[in-house]
Amino acid sequence: MIATIWAWLSDPTNWSGSGGILAQALEHLRLSGIALLAAALVAVPIGLYVGHTGRGRVVLVNAVSAFRAIPSLGVLFIAALLLLPRLRGDLAFELPSLIVLATLGIPPILSGVYAGIGQVDPAARDAARGMGMTSWQQLWQVEVPCALPLIFSGLRSSMMQIIATATIAAVVGLGGLGRFLIDGQANRAYDEMAGGALLVAALALLIDLVGALLQRFVVSPGLTPATRR
Amino acid sequence: MIRRHRTTALVALAAALTLSACGGGGDPLAEDEGSQEGDSTGDGGQSLVIGSANFPENVLLAEIYAAALGDAGVEVSTNLNIGNREAYMAGLEDGSIDLIPEYTGNLTLYLNEAAEATESDAVYAELQEALPDNLTVLEMAEAEDKDSVVVTAETAEEFDLASIADLAPHAPNMVLGGPPEWRDRFTGVPGLQEVYGLEFSEFKPLDAGSTLTVQALLNGQIDAGNIFSTDPAIVENDFVALEDPESLFAAQNVVPLIATDAVTPEVEEALNTVSAGLTTENLTEMMVQVQDSDPADVAREFVDAL
Repeated sequence: MIATIWAWLSDPTNWSGSGGILAQALEHLRLSGIALLAAALVAVPIGLYVGHTGRGRVVLVNAVSAFRAIPSLGVLFIAALLLLPRLRGDLAFELPSLIVLATLGIPPILSGVYAGIGQVDPAARDAARGMGMTSWQQLWQVEVPCALPLIFSGLRSSMMQIIATATIAAVVGLGGLGRFLIDGQANRAYDEMAGGALLVAALALLIDLVGALLQRFVVSPGLTPATRR
Repeated sequence: MIRRHRTTALVALAAALTLSACGGGGDPLAEDEGSQEGDSTGDGGQSLVIGSANFPENVLLAEIYAAALGDAGVEVSTNLNIGNREAYMAGLEDGSIDLIPEYTGNLTLYLNEAAEATESDAVYAELQEALPDNLTVLEMAEAEDKDSVVVTAETAEEFDLASIADLAPHAPNMVLGGPPEWRDRFTGVPGLQEVYGLEFSEFKPLDAGSTLTVQALLNGQIDAGNIFSTDPAIVENDFVALEDPESLFAAQNVVPLIATDAVTPEVEEALNTVSAGLTTENLTEMMVQVQDSDPADVAREFVDAL
């Protein structure tokens, strides 16, 4: 079994072309990227607001749990059934999947941002206020930089989940690495199916690694565990 | 206090959203499961019990048989929506049902995995050979529920398409849509290529049912798609189901499968009359009606018009 999966993965003809692994991986990343962006656009402002003002904390915590309970595949089918007849062009096929993936990506970002801002050392906040910073300055110049490690971890965990789940887009005919899972299963090509699953996992880990590197460069060295310089 | 109110409101909102997402889907989810009326009335087990598989078309066909047999003076009861072929074949074996609407191609394959025929009469001949003695098929109808390649009316007009063979010169500029298994299955992309010489520019894997395929045809993502020949979407969207002159897709004529000891001259005559009147076109029309009316009423109307 492992040998056949490896054979599938290492066959160069499986990597090239419009339906090849590279093309599908890029499509997978494109869908995931748009979904992450949409999720961040919703979740970051809300997280900042709640973390900064402390208002609506209970609501937020409940909302995060509620969002996490949403079944992705169910939402996908409902969104597809409702939206397909009402939209034209490629959007009709992509929007349902993007809605599902963005919904899935919101809770980790929301809790990351909110928790990150919430755990900023009160002394730092007091100092900022003492220096005469406005509330807005406090948020952007003190709280957000201090919260970056947790904000990043929220974004990364969101991206991991989105990449892992973006396979379901293939159920409604879209591209992405999920194609290998769905098509492999439909055609009883289990090497392709297992290979596709490995690729999804590998892609998720790879992107998380990129996120980790990015985090190193963006987060203030003062906030990361001491490293020799 | 205020906070608690907000929480409650949000929880209520979340619940409402979830609920509406689950139940308020509207038309696409309003599937007519077929009525369950007329269970075996249990009058001594003497009546002919008509079963059906668990999909609307088969329920409708069972209702048609019931109406026709009832008119012929045969005492009938129905036991509908039994399940898949494995389930209702067991019912036929143990005598809990006596009659069920079947499809020649798939029934033949169920009984004999090595069956090879694809053309209607040849499939019917193979089926009769494969049937055990305790089961009989009566005459088959012209009506078929099988894989078909479908295009929009505009596409059919533009390229003057009537059969799958007509696609050959245009296929390189067309996208074909179908279930994912069409990629490798002979009765899919490979067969279309080998039998009809069709080289589509792309194959787009969609669903095995038809919702996505129908929308993809309407939205122009695909130019030709795989839809079952009696799907109401064909009539509703004015699609054209292309003929299959080379019988790539095995024939699936509607045929009554009946326990041999339940066959009487009256039963045989009534069911043969039904089969003689059933066409793919009128079955598809009835499938459209079944979407918002009782299959029993649609069946009644059809039998009265026979």
